[in-house]
Amino acid sequence: MGWIGETMDSIKSIKIRQLLTQAVTLGMIVTSALIIWKGLMCVTGTESPVVVVLSGSMEPGFQRGDILFLTMTKEPIRTGEIVVFKIDGRDIPIVHRAIEVHERKTTGAVDVLTKGDNNEVDDIGLYADGQMWLHRHHIMGRAVAFLPYVGWVTIIMTEKPIIKYILIGALGLLVITSKD
Amino acid sequence: MHSFGYRANALLTFSVTALAFICAIASFSDKFSNQNPSAEIQILNINRLKKQSYGNDEVSLTLDISADLQSLFTWNTKQVFAFVAAEYETPMNSLNQVSLWDAIIPDKEHAKFRIQTSNKYRFIDQGHNLRGKEFNLTLHWHVMPKTGKMFADKIVMPGYSLPDAYK
Repeated sequence: MGWIGETMDSIKSIKIRQLLTQAVTLGMIVTSALIIWKGLMCVTGTESPVVVVLSGSMEPGFQRGDILFLTMTKEPIRTGEIVVFKIDGRDIPIVHRAIEVHERKTTGAVDVLTKGDNNEVDDIGLYADGQMWLHRHHIMGRAVAFLPYVGWVTIIMTEKPIIKYILIGALGLLVITSKD
Repeated sequence: MHSFGYRANALLTFSVTALAFICAIASFSDKFSNQNPSAEIQILNINRLKKQSYGNDEVSLTLDISADLQSLFTWNTKQVFAFVAAEYETPMNSLNQVSLWDAIIPDKEHAKFRIQTSNKYRFIDQGHNLRGKEFNLTLHWHVMPKTGKMFADKIVMPGYSLPDAYK
């Protein structure tokens, strides 16, 4: 009870100047996060530099909750690379390995076939109806580095939004009540 | 100044930084390993070479693959993904890469192997260019670390060819 009382007091005792400082601090935190994210997008050339693995189709290499760092350079796509692709009309990106590549002589366009290491069959069944190959525009990036477990934070927050709100609320309260 | 919140925050920040640093070092240490993988692939038999009903050539073949990938394993290696692909050029395509066989190698003990197998994935051309086609067989490996940067390389073995007639 004492803690809550103190918190209420400290909220009441806030003056305009302090309130402004805190607003600026909060703004700095949000914008620096945004700067880092957009900066990563510039450096890596992909619209999503970090993805969380959501399925077990690449086990035991990647497990649910691992995170992958992506890049999208001009270099051509080759078999064996782990690519992240998005099928037209679907939101969720898929992380699988390219097992077949055909590159046109004249245009340089590629036909790519993918498969999850842990799946029995290739991905043609996952593509849109009648689609046989992935093309360049489906591919968002290729995985270059890997970090285990970290992605669980986002998985938990997406699946249990209440935890997200509690966390945001607690952080907000901390920023508002901190006195420095 | 020294409230519970500040201490918890400082502890969390420090441990995350330390963990990130250790991960970075573990990944960096992979650079110092000596890698000298070797591989040999023989085609034991062309089981079939035919034109499919919709016009693409398909081959079925039996391979004898022997490889020693033990030197790829370091303390930061979770697994090595190895695969054999056929690579060739056709009038339409500057490069065709078709996976024929792959395997997940979980540890160093399994990294020296010899296997006789028919192709696990279908070897189908985009068109009908496979009769008498010269092609390379490549053994690729993709090292997946416990943490950090992944790396991949390959051994190219040229000079294979397919029969001149459908069979």
